[in-house]
Amino acid sequence: MLEQSFWDEMNASGGDVRSVYAKIDAWLRETPPDVLSARRSQAELLFRRIGITFAVYGSKDASERLIPFDIIPRIISQSEWGLLERGLVQRVKAINAFLTDIYGAREILRAGVVPDDLVFRNPHFCPQMAGRRAPHDIWVHIAGIDIVRTGENEFYVLEDNARTPSGVSYMLENREVMMRLLPDLFAAHRIAPVENYTDLLLNCLRSVAPATAAREPVVALLTPGQFNSAYYEHSFLADRLGVELVEGSDLLVRDDVLYMRTTQGPKRIDVLYRRIDDDYLDPLAFRPDSVLGVPGVLNAYHAGNLTLSNAVGTGVADDKAMYTYMPEIVRFYLGEEAILKNVPTWRCREPDALAYVLDHLHELVVKEVNGSGGYGMLVGPHATREERAAFREKLLADPVNYIAQPTLSLSTCPTFVESGVAPRHVDLRPFVLTGANGSRVVPGGLTRVAMREGSLVVNSSQGGGTKDTWIIEDPDMRALASFSSQRSV
Amino acid sequence: MLARTADNLYWLARYVERAEFTARIIDITSRLAALPKAYGGASGAEWESALVALGAHERFRKTNEVADESAVLRFLVFDADNPSSIRYCMDRARANARAVRTALTAEMWQGVNSAWIEMLNIERAVAPFERMTRDRIDPALDAAKGMSRDFDGLAYRNMLRNDAYWFSRVGLYTERADNTARLLDVKYHVLLPETETVGGSLDYFQWTAILRAVSALTAYHWVYRESIKPWLIADLLIRKKEMPRSLVSCYDNLAGFVDAIGRAYGQQGPAQRHARAVLLRLENTSLDDVFKTGVHEFLSEFIEDNNKLGALLAEQYLLN
Repeated sequence: MLEQSFWDEMNASGGDVRSVYAKIDAWLRETPPDVLSARRSQAELLFRRIGITFAVYGSKDASERLIPFDIIPRIISQSEWGLLERGLVQRVKAINAFLTDIYGAREILRAGVVPDDLVFRNPHFCPQMAGRRAPHDIWVHIAGIDIVRTGENEFYVLEDNARTPSGVSYMLENREVMMRLLPDLFAAHRIAPVENYTDLLLNCLRSVAPATAAREPVVALLTPGQFNSAYYEHSFLADRLGVELVEGSDLLVRDDVLYMRTTQGPKRIDVLYRRIDDDYLDPLAFRPDSVLGVPGVLNAYHAGNLTLSNAVGTGVADDKAMYTYMPEIVRFYLGEEAILKNVPTWRCREPDALAYVLDHLHELVVKEVNGSGGYGMLVGPHATREERAAFREKLLADPVNYIAQPTLSLSTCPTFVESGVAPRHVDLRPFVLTGANGSRVVPGGLTRVAMREGSLVVNSSQGGGTKDTWIIEDPDMRALASFSSQRSV
Repeated sequence: MLARTADNLYWLARYVERAEFTARIIDITSRLAALPKAYGGASGAEWESALVALGAHERFRKTNEVADESAVLRFLVFDADNPSSIRYCMDRARANARAVRTALTAEMWQGVNSAWIEMLNIERAVAPFERMTRDRIDPALDAAKGMSRDFDGLAYRNMLRNDAYWFSRVGLYTERADNTARLLDVKYHVLLPETETVGGSLDYFQWTAILRAVSALTAYHWVYRESIKPWLIADLLIRKKEMPRSLVSCYDNLAGFVDAIGRAYGQQGPAQRHARAVLLRLENTSLDDVFKTGVHEFLSEFIEDNNKLGALLAEQYLLN
């Protein structure tokens, strides 16, 4: 098998400790493993008591599990973050412009930048929204953009999440837990705060309330309920936002206005932050068997009496096929080059790309455009000769349905595992909020870490863990010089 | 407030209170069962009567043959399908708390959640034993009482005095009134005025057990300053306002809290009127009246009235 080398965020590639990690490095050197271990147990206890769990479907015994939390923070410098932030805001701006266009004038299709069938045959394209505009032309109020790093200044977008991205509660709770567990290490860094996220979110949601709303618009958060895997996050956010956490059965639509049932009778809702998929939102418009949604809620939206956040139909912008066009989409609407790069992707629908992919099957990952969860996928370097041959046939039969990417060398971060401190692969999901007054990104995000050695799978459903993400001031070079000279004495 | 939230808060408080009551009943039952025969103990009927006090005897019969200590303890502590078991109450309390986390303080939620986690650990350690004994289940009783103490105290200390607090308190006092009434009802035959001559001192330990179950043994002596007379126990637990678990004290609270809801919402309704009527009746009933009506009949009527308050509240606030 191919021996790949990975870039480590603390040690670069086997070289000196990067300056942003100097204090972490020192701390790791002087802290014995049993102390780290004790801290980790404390953290687990805290998480369990607070109830930061996620549900695992179909298992009765451990129906609530903890996501493993790694106590070694992941560090990003302010200047690196500045670049990311600009790139993230740019990307979300383009996504909103794209959605306005796709459900409106469709100029990008007429210009031939994105093929028609990618939009119209897309399962997430929502015909009910065609010809409609979202309030303030903002469709995606909350976006979670997955970023991977491969080198010093090498950041790539792995995936855009423009529907109901989750994980922000971990960003906030991980920070609280770190402050309690490691106050000294925390104080030794100057870490940009994230705790104002929910205030920004509330402002953002209120700013997009419909014109018919009361002066103090009423916001509510719609959850599928206690048994949803992200229920903890829903209740956490509702609590921090100071809004009601509602379920479908708490809501009713009368005369195209959405109400919640309260002890004092029905009360109007102006903005619904829904954490439930399009398909289940309104049994009258989408899946008729859905009991999670609210009959008629889409009518209230169309009547201009309700803002849905995120809007309906945003999934067309965040799937694998559309992803490959993001650089072109940014250029088309903003007249700029994308600041954040895409992972290079070959679209097999294009003959040149197909030829390249067929020649390099042994080193590429080939994915079905609309597949998810690792189905219909070929991991070239790990596949047998026979599997590759079989996949070649599938590719030739229906090239439009496939894209291919190189196997990514995700960066690693020091992580506390059974055997001690060792490098493990990470990614990053920052959250971009967009309201009537522009976009904001809280400095930080959810760092997910693959706890198994060599694994690139960071998903919590497959044993991935999380880390706190610290955006710190760029280190003062002189102070660092004296710091390292002391250590070498 | 969301109607569902009010409902969850009400039931959360009820299940927390019920878990504690079950723990208390187990406590006094094992005390009685340990007495020698000559003192009225060891008749074998103590565990049966614990089931009756908790309204769980019929369900128990479905899955069990003999109501001995081991079987009853397992049923009352760990049976996840028995609505008065500690395990069931904790499960329901936590599920309700989880649904209304936003209406609770963080400490209150963590208190309920920690107790629930502790109960799972206790069950893992103890349930595999073939015989349940009082010793083995002791930590579960402590967990139930501790949860109730924390919940009650934290609600009192931390919660805003608004409808969330009032609905929660209404749940707590409704459950408490129900528990006291059932406890008295299952022992009413030893509380009749003539039992002193009939049963003599044999019943003494039954009487003190009742008082212990509601933490009222010391209170009794303070209030009456005489030896234990069964009719005075009935008086204490039905009519004495200074006794926190008495029916009249529970209704004093209930009437106050439903009134607070009515005032805050700017409207009085059937629930407020009903609570006040029940309170008035309790205040104006003499002990003689109770015995004339018949203790059992009086308590049955009270239990029905108490249930009716819950139904009226639901109609007025949850189903609109």
